[in-house]
Amino acid sequence: MRSIAFDSIVRTTADLCIQAAYELPEDISAAVRKALQTESSPRARLILQQLLENAAVAAHERIPICQDTGLTVVFAEAGSEVRIAAPPEKGSATLMDAIQEGAALACKEGLLRASVAAEPLNKRLNTNTNTPAFVHLSIVPGERLRLSVLLKGGGCENKSRFEMFNPTESPQTVCRWIVQTVQDAGPNACPPFVVGVGLGGDFEWCCLLSKKALLRPVGSTHPDPFYASLEETLLKDIHALGLGPQGLGGDTTALAVHIETAPCHIASLPAAVNIDCHAHRHKTAVL
Amino acid sequence: MEQETASIKLSTPLTDQQISSLRAGAWVTLSGVVYAARDQAHRRLAALLEKGQPLPFDVQGAVIYYVGPTPPPPGRVIGSAGPTTAGRMDAFTPLLLKAGLKGTIGKGCRSRQVQEALVQYRAVHFSAMGGFGALLSRHIVDSRPIAYEDLGPEAVRRLVFRDFPAIVAYDCYGSSIYEQRSKG
Ligand code: SF4
Repeated sequence: MRSIAFDSIVRTTADLCIQAAYELPEDISAAVRKALQTESSPRARLILQQLLENAAVAAHERIPICQDTGLTVVFAEAGSEVRIAAPPEKGSATLMDAIQEGAALACKEGLLRASVAAEPLNKRLNTNTNTPAFVHLSIVPGERLRLSVLLKGGGCENKSRFEMFNPTESPQTVCRWIVQTVQDAGPNACPPFVVGVGLGGDFEWCCLLSKKALLRPVGSTHPDPFYASLEETLLKDIHALGLGPQGLGGDTTALAVHIETAPCHIASLPAAVNIDCHAHRHKTAVL
Repeated sequence: MEQETASIKLSTPLTDQQISSLRAGAWVTLSGVVYAARDQAHRRLAALLEKGQPLPFDVQGAVIYYVGPTPPPPGRVIGSAGPTTAGRMDAFTPLLLKAGLKGTIGKGCRSRQVQEALVQYRAVHFSAMGGFGALLSRHIVDSRPIAYEDLGPEAVRRLVFRDFPAIVAYDCYGSSIYEQRSKG
């Protein structure tokens, strides 16, 4: 067994959240620079340049890229040999407690926006800590702990969709629905997007896949040639929408389409689209 | 922020004359007092108007910015402060326009009802660049809460803009940049 100190998980989680909020990830800035070379609309080029300028201001002044510092979504992969060493006063505190504490610390220390309502339909009081974070834990072999943080804005999350297709449905029909979902997201969700697609699994697994797909580095290709070519076709069709940066027209509507798949029931073909905005804030650390 | 064409300089409160001169697609820069309000604040403002009670700020000629900023670090007046989705305020906007509101700033599309209310009450909706909160915050030179502080980041704030860049998204003639775009 390998011990990891509770406090170091708190610290790491907080640092990941703050860095994600303040610094546009390298995969996005590279994709934007690449898009600048091919974008034909002068207005779109100007907006893409401002996107990079915004990132520079945020990094320099140590403020968030976007004021919606989002819900904190954490994918934690804990090695089966990892033990969390909590200080005596924390008793039997777990990895999940450490992540929650880290997310709250990030809000306080990093001056992130408290964007969590305590419940959905009654008073919607702000929790004021930007917690709870939404944590997806999996156990993997080994003695490492891998933490991936995604700060997910409300504007783009609101435009994410789920659909159950018939198992005999053609890839073209499913792809048309994906492209339509992106079109419906429109200017509201802050294009250019990163589009996460989940295919297969069951109801909740499919949605989780679509979010997990967002974590794949922009610019990488799917390992399966069938899905790799589907991603390429989807990206082309999405660009053909002409939505462009900020929905003000142009060729650059999405920076990437990422598909994640899972086995599914013989009766089902679940599909989910999770839209992320150009403020695609993600950051990973391994302890 | 640099713009593709020379922008029209506006200062608040907005007059009918200024509004009449604005066409969808024109870049503007806004200066002067602007009020920050988003979802929950709108619910409360609309409730006041429905009861015939006064609003916590003078709405005549006023401009509302749909924003919930991050807290300012030491030495800054505001943190990151870009627009939130305007469409979520659609249900409340006609009521505010009727009361004298002349401009709104957000990101994304508005409903048919808001578009019609902008024509009826001679007002304008601007789009600011979504996700550019760091850059836009440089054009906000003062910020203080004036109502509903219990709402935290959703409190109503009195902001002072200096050359805040935006584009006329819906004008008082019923045109919108988003429709212009889809018509190609
Ligand atoms: S959709 Fe993204 S970029 Fe736009 S305001 Fe929300 S978090 Fe910011």
